[in-house]
Amino acid sequence: MFPFNFEWIWDTSHMVFMGGLWYALTILGLGMTWCVIKAILDTNKGGGGHDSGYH
Amino acid sequence: MDSALIPNGVRRCSLGKFLVSLSIVGAVLLWGVYAMFLCWFKGLNQTNMNDYYGFALWIWADLAVIALGGGAFFSGFLKYLVGKDELKHIINYAVLIGFICYSSALLILAIDIGQPLRGWFIFWHANVHSMLTEVAFCLSCYFAVLTIEYIPLILENRQINRFPLFHHLAHNMHEVMAVFAATGAFLSFFHQGSLGGVAGVLFGRPFAYREGLFIWPWTFFLFTWSAAAYGPCFTLLITKITEAVTGKKLVKDNVIELLAKISGWMMTTYIIAKIIDTLYWANVTAPSRGFNLMDFYSNNSFYGIWILIAEIVIGGVIPAIILITPNGRKNPAARTVAIILAVIGVCINRWVMVLQVMAVPVMSFDQWALYYPSWQEVATTILPVAYGVILIMISYRYLPIFPQEAELNPIES
Amino acid sequence: MKNEHDHTSTKKFGMVINLDLCTGCGSCMVACMSENNVPFKEDESDKLRSITWMKVYKLTNKRPFPETDICYLPRPCQHCEGHDGHSPCVSVCPATATDYDMNTGIVSQIYTRCFGCRYCMGACPYHARYFNWFDPVWPEGMEKYLNPNVSPRMRGIVEKCSFCYHRYQAAKDKAHLEGRKEIEEGEYQTACTQACPAGAITFGDLNNPDHAVYSLKKDPHAFRLLEKLGTNPKVYYVSSKEWVRKAGDNYLENERPAWK
Repeated sequence: MFPFNFEWIWDTSHMVFMGGLWYALTILGLGMTWCVIKAILDTNKGGGGHDSGYH
Repeated sequence: MDSALIPNGVRRCSLGKFLVSLSIVGAVLLWGVYAMFLCWFKGLNQTNMNDYYGFALWIWADLAVIALGGGAFFSGFLKYLVGKDELKHIINYAVLIGFICYSSALLILAIDIGQPLRGWFIFWHANVHSMLTEVAFCLSCYFAVLTIEYIPLILENRQINRFPLFHHLAHNMHEVMAVFAATGAFLSFFHQGSLGGVAGVLFGRPFAYREGLFIWPWTFFLFTWSAAAYGPCFTLLITKITEAVTGKKLVKDNVIELLAKISGWMMTTYIIAKIIDTLYWANVTAPSRGFNLMDFYSNNSFYGIWILIAEIVIGGVIPAIILITPNGRKNPAARTVAIILAVIGVCINRWVMVLQVMAVPVMSFDQWALYYPSWQEVATTILPVAYGVILIMISYRYLPIFPQEAELNPIES
Repeated sequence: MKNEHDHTSTKKFGMVINLDLCTGCGSCMVACMSENNVPFKEDESDKLRSITWMKVYKLTNKRPFPETDICYLPRPCQHCEGHDGHSPCVSVCPATATDYDMNTGIVSQIYTRCFGCRYCMGACPYHARYFNWFDPVWPEGMEKYLNPNVSPRMRGIVEKCSFCYHRYQAAKDKAHLEGRKEIEEGEYQTACTQACPAGAITFGDLNNPDHAVYSLKKDPHAFRLLEKLGTNPKVYYVSSKEWVRKAGDNYLENERPAWK
């Protein structure tokens, strides 16, 4: 999973497979980070929050 | 008593009735949990698996729920990437069903491995050439995507949404949902496929083995395709069951028909590909290894040719024809029959690709091995079903899962 | 995994089993179990859960009397080479718990790495891989008979024949101490080979012309199990009986086996 695992080899298979994995994890991580940070900033600006349910 | 938590504009049963229903399903859940702990503490000798049946009921259940949960990624793909906006009325439920299916699959895998405490080895010591590694990675990542897709639904609960932070978080997550959905579709393509690859790469098992493209056997593509085709049918089936239980119309017919139509055409193309694959396998691949088609379907008391016909014709061709025909899919009875047959069809396919692979003897002097599950296996397989029912009950009661519910069921005051 | 050496200079340990000599006595199975600390259960009636690294199959020609004939076929792990070490089980293991050693041709199993997914068992057409369904428990006092050179396995993992790899390690250690680079043919023999009273099993380096297996594998009556699948096993069988050779693989009704 990581280059420091002893079975890691710098070959095409590892680069393609692990590249895909880390690419997906990066998108998910960055996406969620962006959502949380923007939510905090929006909250600090005020507004939002209402008793709804369906909207 | 819990009316403050219930979404505005909809009606729910009394809390007492809800809790009684919950406790009935909860009892089944506890039975499954008991069996699960038996398997964890006493080991897999609690099952009826053996050295011929290393993969059995659980792996079938795993493959089946993942195929059926395919409705989530494919609906997400259609809504966010293809632009089928009508599907926004059913996407929440598709996500919830997907979330249940994938969390169940992960739970079953955690029970299925002989050394559960070493489960993380599959990530840490990953063999990138194994289809199962690809399954584990993509499955876990896609479960993360489904969690991300489910979180905004939870945040939209009336009381939670009152907090500005949660309100904004839900809003922002909706904003970038297309990115998450695209990542989910990418991951799903690979893990659905690699689940097909699990059987397809077994060149020591002529019943399972398929040629393919580069490193991927044809089953890789067939599994992805079938999950996209049959997954939406399961979403429709669960929606139908929910409507029957609640006694309410929850999703408009045009949405149901659209999903049924797309599913029908996907199924049609899939079943053509599947028939071609089966013919090639029966006439070229298997004979090159010394097997006739009927060698796989005779001399045993269970796996007759009926199973191939049930999978392809009854669970594939017939529902596909019903769903691609406008009159078929517009007729509620015919549509329901089609989606039930389709769900059975894809489950048979997954059964065959796991259980029958193990049953067929390969050495000429070996024999068919048949298997029936122990009660612990059955209980732990029902466990996710009970868990799913509970999650649906709670989500339906407290979260705005069906955007059209209030409009379709106006409350008279 | 890493092919660090020129393949021609490496070893390829394998077996040639003469089925004409095998009497089906089961000594090889017993020797294997005791050498490798193979656990057993109180109730061994469920053979589909019995661990038998070496298993003797009974084959029949399915003919009525008086043409009835039988043959016993000992089946260890076939240590398949597949195509370039792509053996059926090694390629599927998700946790790299089994490996094809390019230097010896031996398929290893790392017990402490295996987490018991059993995918390798599904991949093996020979049923040479076994799962530990139970904790290994030996009757009181019997644990003193365990081989100290072989680690017992824990519940929940897969195990299989290792071609008595610990004996290879011991032989190499001895050779090293004596200042030799190579080991002699007789220095590394599997327990089943030594236990066979009929001398039906011959073990050695299939690449080494000085070893008996080198020429025995070229016997016109030699065959391997399920060759058509491309598993490329390193266990050869020899039988003078055509029906036995034919039983080694699957053939269509009118198909002529390649060795005919």
